[in-house]
Amino acid sequence: MNVKAFLGGLIVLTLIAVGLLGPLLAPYDPNDQQLRAALQPPGWFDGAHFLGTDNLGRDVFSRIIYGARVSLLVAVSVVIVSGLIGISLGAISGYFGGKVDFAIQKLVEVVWAFPALLLAITILAFLGQGLFNLILALVAQRWIQYCRVVRGQTLSLRGRDFVVATRALGASAARIIGRHLLPNLIQASLVIGTFAMASAIVSEASLSFLGLGVPPEIPTWGTMLADGRAYISTAWWLALFPGASIFVTVLGINLLGDALRDILDPKLKRAGMHL
Amino acid sequence: MTAYLLRRLLGTLPVLLLITLLVFALLHAAPGDPASLLLSDATNEADVLEARQRWGLDRPVHVQYLKFISAAFTGDLGRSFRFAQPVTELIAARLPATIELAALAVLLALGVAIPLGVWAGARPNSWVDNLGTSVGLFGISMPNFWMGIMLILLFAGTFHLLPSAGRSTYGVAGSQESGFYLLGSLAAGNWPAVKDALMYMVMPALTLGANMVGILMRITRSSVLEVSHEEYVVTARAKGLAQRSVVWRHVLSNALIPIVTVAGLELGTLLSGSIIVETVFAWPGVGSLLITGVTSRDYPLVTGLVLMYAATFVVINLAIDALYAIIDPRIRY
Repeated sequence: MNVKAFLGGLIVLTLIAVGLLGPLLAPYDPNDQQLRAALQPPGWFDGAHFLGTDNLGRDVFSRIIYGARVSLLVAVSVVIVSGLIGISLGAISGYFGGKVDFAIQKLVEVVWAFPALLLAITILAFLGQGLFNLILALVAQRWIQYCRVVRGQTLSLRGRDFVVATRALGASAARIIGRHLLPNLIQASLVIGTFAMASAIVSEASLSFLGLGVPPEIPTWGTMLADGRAYISTAWWLALFPGASIFVTVLGINLLGDALRDILDPKLKRAGMHL
Repeated sequence: MTAYLLRRLLGTLPVLLLITLLVFALLHAAPGDPASLLLSDATNEADVLEARQRWGLDRPVHVQYLKFISAAFTGDLGRSFRFAQPVTELIAARLPATIELAALAVLLALGVAIPLGVWAGARPNSWVDNLGTSVGLFGISMPNFWMGIMLILLFAGTFHLLPSAGRSTYGVAGSQESGFYLLGSLAAGNWPAVKDALMYMVMPALTLGANMVGILMRITRSSVLEVSHEEYVVTARAKGLAQRSVVWRHVLSNALIPIVTVAGLELGTLLSGSIIVETVFAWPGVGSLLITGVTSRDYPLVTGLVLMYAATFVVINLAIDALYAIIDPRIRY
């Protein structure tokens, strides 16, 4: 049994379960303010509030559970949308070559000149907060990785006999890319997607931490951390638990990504290597 | 190689132009008007109109863009709405703080990641490898803002060993005119100021470098592991060379290309990571300046800073290309 795959899978499955079953698991409404119970330390299994309360008396545990929903929703959307864009553009770029390839690669070069977080900050700064804008901002740079890898693979595949034969039989470019090339491009994209999910979760939390993510009424791990920072000397639990949730989730996804790469890339596995 | 680099440098100009266009398009897609946002609630319509005229916001978008571009070529990035100062001056005043912080973070990251990665790659499945792999995994999974807050909680809040925020103790810092507190104090031999600067820098630099440690350690390990199976390494071992000499002279020098590539890419990530780390530690660099610009919708300031970041990233990529030829003499341009 692959330990990495097991641990990573367990953490990711827990995240998905918590995200889906959030309202059933959370003991309190995440936005319910009980000012009389503000800043209560974690009560663990004995007290009313398992992980304590924040400065407005909101239950930290319930907010973390609801925060998982946002992280999951954002990460999955980002991975799917950026995957669709990146794989399509990469396959088109590699298959057609010439001017199409040049234009797409210029676009890649321009967007690549922005570090991902900087581009996301720039987009959110000017388009404003909101779930849609957040996903757009996170997709803006993440499709590139898929595009570059898929383009490279398509370039090497397009001269292969099976592609030439399909073309000789009169298949359209769309059919060749969709039916014959795509199945060969999925494996690498799956590994990229796993790591992209981890980085999307960290980026979402970073942007929320900076106050640029989703609106403040939606509980997220990043905003909880940002709010908790002001109470660091008196209420350590406000910064510790949301941050630990991000860390464990990202660790789990990275473990799963490592395991997936070991399994899908036998060459690296044989040599006992992984990045 | 000079011709190649010049060609590449010229090739970056259209990219930079497209970047400015992208940023400008974004700025104008933004909802709200900076003039009404920046002026107080008490101002009347006439004041807002006057401010819009003064800042050139009443001109058509393409005129504003052309004006910005032509000025940018002469090094003029406009005046900040919020600080009423030239953007280039604001950036120049804050840049040394970011450079010093980033440089220390990179030094720390390289100093930890490369020896650990080489050691782990040279002895796969040993305890060093397990330690290195864990450090790598922790490094890439740790959100830097959380790490920063936890370090503050531990070293400033609990043990009172390090200052929690800022860049220097009032009255202690040396070389304030150059902006390079650490380098300036070192050059002047002002040891109390050096110690003070380091005390303030250590936590932000560790936080900023942690992610790079993770990624570099992983790439170094796998690159060393890959090269270790090459025939010339087997030959080096067969002729009786010591393990240390095999690893550091024959393996590492050949494993450097992917390491340098990733280090260069990570430098860009590190620069954008500094935006968050500077916010956590109230570090007075360009990253925190960007957040100030963003929250106050200071168009010229944000455009100037984004352009600076993107240009830096483009130059880093160019420098990495040049480095390839030095590391691997087989590469000729």
